[in-house]
Order: sequence, then C-alpha cells, then structure tokens
Amino acid sequence: MNLRTFLLGTCSAVALAGPAQAETLTIATVNNGDMIRMQKLTDDFTSKNPDIQLEWVTLEENVLRQRVTTDIATKGGQYDIMTIGTYEVPIWAKQGWLLPLDNLGADYDVDDLLPAIRSGLTIDGKLYAAPFYGESSMVMYRKDLFEKAGLTMPDAPTWDFIAEAARKITDKDSEIYGICLRGKAGWGENMAFLTATANAFGARWFDEKWQPQFDQPEWKNALDFYVKLMNDAGPPGASSNGFNENLSLFQTGKCGMWIDATVAASFVTNPKESTVADKVGFALAPDTGLGKRGNWLWAWNLAIPAGSQKTEAAEKFIAWATGKDYLKLVAEKEGWANVPPGTRTSLYENPEYQKAAPFAKMTLDSINAADPKNPAVKPVPYVGVQFVAIPEFQGLGTAVGQVFSAALAGQMSVDQALASAQQLSTREMTKAGYIK
Amino acid sequence: MARNVSTRRKLAVTAVAWTIGILIFFPILWTFLTSFKTEAQAIASPPAFLFFDWTTENYFEVQSRSNYFKHFLNSVVVSFGSTLLGLIVAIPAAWAMAFAPTKRTKDVLMWMLSTKMMPPVGVLVPMYLMFRNSGLLDTRTGLVIVLTLINLPIIIWMLYTYFKEIPGEILEAARMDGASLSKEIIYVLTPMAIPGIASTLLLNIILAWNEAFWTLNLSAAKAAPLTAFIASYSSPEGLFYAKLSAASTMAIAPILILGWFSQKQLVRGLTFGAVK
Repeated sequence: MNLRTFLLGTCSAVALAGPAQAETLTIATVNNGDMIRMQKLTDDFTSKNPDIQLEWVTLEENVLRQRVTTDIATKGGQYDIMTIGTYEVPIWAKQGWLLPLDNLGADYDVDDLLPAIRSGLTIDGKLYAAPFYGESSMVMYRKDLFEKAGLTMPDAPTWDFIAEAARKITDKDSEIYGICLRGKAGWGENMAFLTATANAFGARWFDEKWQPQFDQPEWKNALDFYVKLMNDAGPPGASSNGFNENLSLFQTGKCGMWIDATVAASFVTNPKESTVADKVGFALAPDTGLGKRGNWLWAWNLAIPAGSQKTEAAEKFIAWATGKDYLKLVAEKEGWANVPPGTRTSLYENPEYQKAAPFAKMTLDSINAADPKNPAVKPVPYVGVQFVAIPEFQGLGTAVGQVFSAALAGQMSVDQALASAQQLSTREMTKAGYIK
Repeated sequence: MARNVSTRRKLAVTAVAWTIGILIFFPILWTFLTSFKTEAQAIASPPAFLFFDWTTENYFEVQSRSNYFKHFLNSVVVSFGSTLLGLIVAIPAAWAMAFAPTKRTKDVLMWMLSTKMMPPVGVLVPMYLMFRNSGLLDTRTGLVIVLTLINLPIIIWMLYTYFKEIPGEILEAARMDGASLSKEIIYVLTPMAIPGIASTLLLNIILAWNEAFWTLNLSAAKAAPLTAFIASYSSPEGLFYAKLSAASTMAIAPILILGWFSQKQLVRGLTFGAVK
C-alpha cells in the first residue's frame, strides 16, 4: 500500500510535467478576509472563462513573502499571479521581475484607481501591479470615554491633543488605557507605525545621500514622545503588542484610542466580535503642524511575474479581480460593507457604499493624505511612507525595530536606542553600497 | 531486582510525572479546545477553559475553504515515502558501519550528523535552483527526495546504535552456516532489529509529517502537504486563532492517532536496546 502510494505519487509527478489541457492559473495570495471572499466568488470568473482554471495557494503574509521572493528571484515559475505589497512592487519592477500591465482591457478604467495607491505601483509611467485592496492608518477612539472626560475629537487631531486626551482617559485601576500603539519589533510591525509617525514629526530615515538620520533632533522628538506617551497612557507589556494584540485590547474595551490600519475599522465595529462596536469614532492620523500626517499607505496587489507563459489568462483574471464589476459582485452577494476598500474613486462616490460603511470617508481621506513619493517633510531618496522601498529594508527595519522596542520596554534609554539605530543602519547601508 | 520504594516517594514521582506530562500536553489540549470556540471567545481575556458555547463552525469553515483530503494525501505520501526510501538506503549503510567498521567509520558518522548542523535556509536558493532545473518543484517526488536526504543522518544513526547492540557472533554463526550477505541481512539481522527499525520508522514518519521548512518552500499548489494547509490559516491582521486551531487539530490528528497505537513499539525501541 505504502509503496503503491509512493509509486502513484511518482506517476502523478511525471504526468504533471506533460502538457496541460485547460489553462490552470496558480495564484499565490495572503490570508485575509477580502482575499478569502474572492476565492469564494471565483465561480463568476470561471463561468465567464471556462477554459481557465484557478488553483489557490493561500499563505500567511510572512511565509508568502519568503515563498514568492524565492520563486521570483530564481525564476522558478511556480506562480502565474502573485499577491504582493506596495513594498515589493517598486523593487521587483526595477529588477525586471514583473510584467507591466498594459492589457487590462478597455473597460478597466485605470484612471479610476486612487492616485495615491496608483502612484506607488507605477514605475516610469507603467503600472506593474493592480491594487486589490488598499489601506491607510487612522485614529479609532471610544466616543463614550471621550464624552466622559469632556473631550471632543477633531477630524484632524494633532499629536499634542492625542497625548493630552490619552493621559486624561487613562484609568489604570479599571484597566482602561488612553492609547494602544504597536510595540512589537518588526519592519511591518512597530516600524510601520513609528516610521509613519516620524514623518509627522519631520524626521526621515535617510537624507538625499542615504545617510541615516537617527542622530537628528526630529527622530529624538518622535521616539521620546512615543515612549513617554506609552509609559504614561499605554497598556502594560506594550512592547510585545502588534496589530492583533491591540485589536483584542480595543475590542474588549481596554483602549481609549488605537492608531492602526483602516481595515481594523470593520473589525471593531462588528458587533459579533467587538464589545464596543457602537461606541467607536474615527479621525485622521495625527500631525504636528509640519504638513505631514502620520498615516501609512499599503495595498495588496496582483502582479504577473516576468517570463510567465500564461500572460493572457493572468491579465484576464487580474482585470476581473480588481475591476469595477468585482466590487458590484461582492456588493450583490455579501453587501456593500464587505467590498474591498481603498482602490477605486468610484467606490467612494457611491452613495450606497457611503451608507453601508461609516468609515468610508475617513479611509479615503487617510489614503489621500499619504504620498509615497514624498513621504517626509524633508526630501528623501526613497519611495514608501512607512517603509523604505529598498531590498535591505526588511532586515534593517527589523533590527532598528528591535532597539526601539527595547527602548519602549525600558531596557535602554531613547538616546541609547537612537545611537544604536544610527550605528547599525550606517553599517548596513555602507555594506550595501549606498554610502560611498 | 526491584528496590524497596516507599509509598510517599512513589506518590511524589507520580505527581512529578503527571505534572510534566500535562505541561507538555497542554498546548495541544488548548489548541483542541480553542478550535471549538468562536473567534471572539478565542481571544477573550481571561480565557474560558471549558465553559463556553462549543461550536463546530470552524471545522465547517476550514472544510469549505480548503481541500483537506488533498493535503492529507500529500502528507501521507511524502512522510511514508521518504521514510521507506530512507530505510532502504540506511539499513545496508548502518549494517556496514556496525559490523564492518573501518578506521574512518566514526568520522563518516560524525560527518553525516554534521550535515544536520547547518540551518536549512542557507541552502534554500541552490536547492530551489536544482529543483527548478530538474522539474521537481511542487511535486511529491521532489518532497520525498528532499525529506529522505534530510532525515537520512538520523535514520542511519538510530539504526547504527541498534545494530551495534546485536552481537556480531550471531551473524558470524549465520555465515558459518553458509548464509549469503543478503540472506544474513534479511533473515538474521532484520528480524532481530525489528523493534529498532520500527521505532526508527515511526519517529521518522513523525519528523517528516511535521517538517515545515522544505515542504512549504518547495511546494505550491499540487504537492502541498498539511503544513501548507496550516500556514494558510495564520494572519497578521485579523482574527484567526479559532480557525487556525481547527486546521491544526485536523493536521495533527492522524499522526497523533498513529503515535497512540504504536506507542508500545515506539517506547520499547527508544528505551531498550535491540537485544536484551
């Protein structure tokens, strides 16, 4: 029996190497609600395109990133369509790893894509990936706690107001903390939040000559502000909190404010999951009056690896999944509140969507307030709001994230953390050849 | 010869053994319990231990979202295939080293073990390129080959230590009676080493079943085993613990049951020698 199954395996492997009849697209994707919903709705696509079959590979974000990077860097050809973030698109396009999406069809309406999202996916005037859903960050706050403290949240708050309100709301005896922010180390965890926040404080990762800027006063202001605020008004053990930990704190009523991804809005307002569903208000991410808001910009996008043999079918699928009709299809089947947000202007002009999603306007304003090509107050040589779109950033961002997380945990001072961040980023950037 | 052990001492030892057992088993139990909670209950703090609304909706959700049986079959083929292939290579190798050692045998054994000391990610790209060039990416054959190679040092080492305990004189006697080399291995050595071979087999099936680095990296859609099935239920943004727990429970259940039924062989092979 065992030998037989083994032989069967060998036979099927040999069979796989033979020519395929109907075209099968293998699609690598992340495990999040909108993507899972799309997998359930693909009957609509396959009934319109009976000669194309779809095979899904769903993976957790970090596993997916490692997996598709290995494949595209070695031209492994395992996937016909890849789901990648706004961090990868500019790097991969520059490497010549992605196919420009020129043939998405006449009714695709590229100009309908939100300009901020589209600009991050366009290199030298060509679109290299089509956005499936986009997000920014914003303030989510408890209206009842604000009322009790006699505070009113403005639509566009400043960091000073946020800090004052957070300290006022905090009531550690009854386990209510004024503000919950990310503290867990990682380039996509605390550094996403801190890099975006630093933009609002006038800081930047590198100057025009790729010199790290952690020794500048702007970074000291930003990090000092964050550590003090979290010590006074944050939950205990904040240095190990990421998105999911803060989500659960907020949903159980322990946070006055939470600044994080706009996609969280649908979780915290869902009465099935959240005990504070009817008490949540939204505001733009805070600024310090310097002209930049501390909100990030992220999108999950569909792209075709260069050298793909099934370009035509892949383009058809991308046009279907990121097109206007798909939004209508989701609305018909699952309601307007479940439509993937943050990609198309027309969605935000739709009165039905505005009615179904109370956070729609705030999401749109937040996305529009981010500019990936000019993220900081001062000029920078890189693209990206909460990241720096260079291949070295994953490692570097995580290393810096670890020292900043240590500063939050009180294992080192803010000055020590910044000195150490400056030292290790200078070393990495010199090694990588950016600093001559 | 049994020693005289006081009742109090017996009690203490039992208590310690149970505590350690429960500590080790607790994560699995917790996963199992979480798989019957709703997503909101799964992250509730303080967590509910037994008194919550038991629900099987996670299992239905997991069933409707992915093809469990396909992943299960891949896992069976890959883990059994790689272990059997490994045994076919390892039994003669271990025989040679146990009964016909040379000056260099110890070095060879150490060298084989040393291949396990390198972090696998160090050879990911070369392996990936070799697999790509030979068309083995995302095939079960490819996964069988790579898992055989990975577990081979362990199989050889385990078999070597079992074979070492079989007195060479028994084999000599067989040879005196005119047994050929193949007959000696098949009819004399193997039956005596069955407990050792059985526990090697079981341990390696478990290791291959749980191997997550290579199976995730070298498979995509067609050959993906249960490790890929679990990986599709984790997420950095959103609630997933209950569904992930359901997927994990489904993934470990077969191997847990196999271990349960074969624990006698497993324990005997691991604690006793081959010939006693």
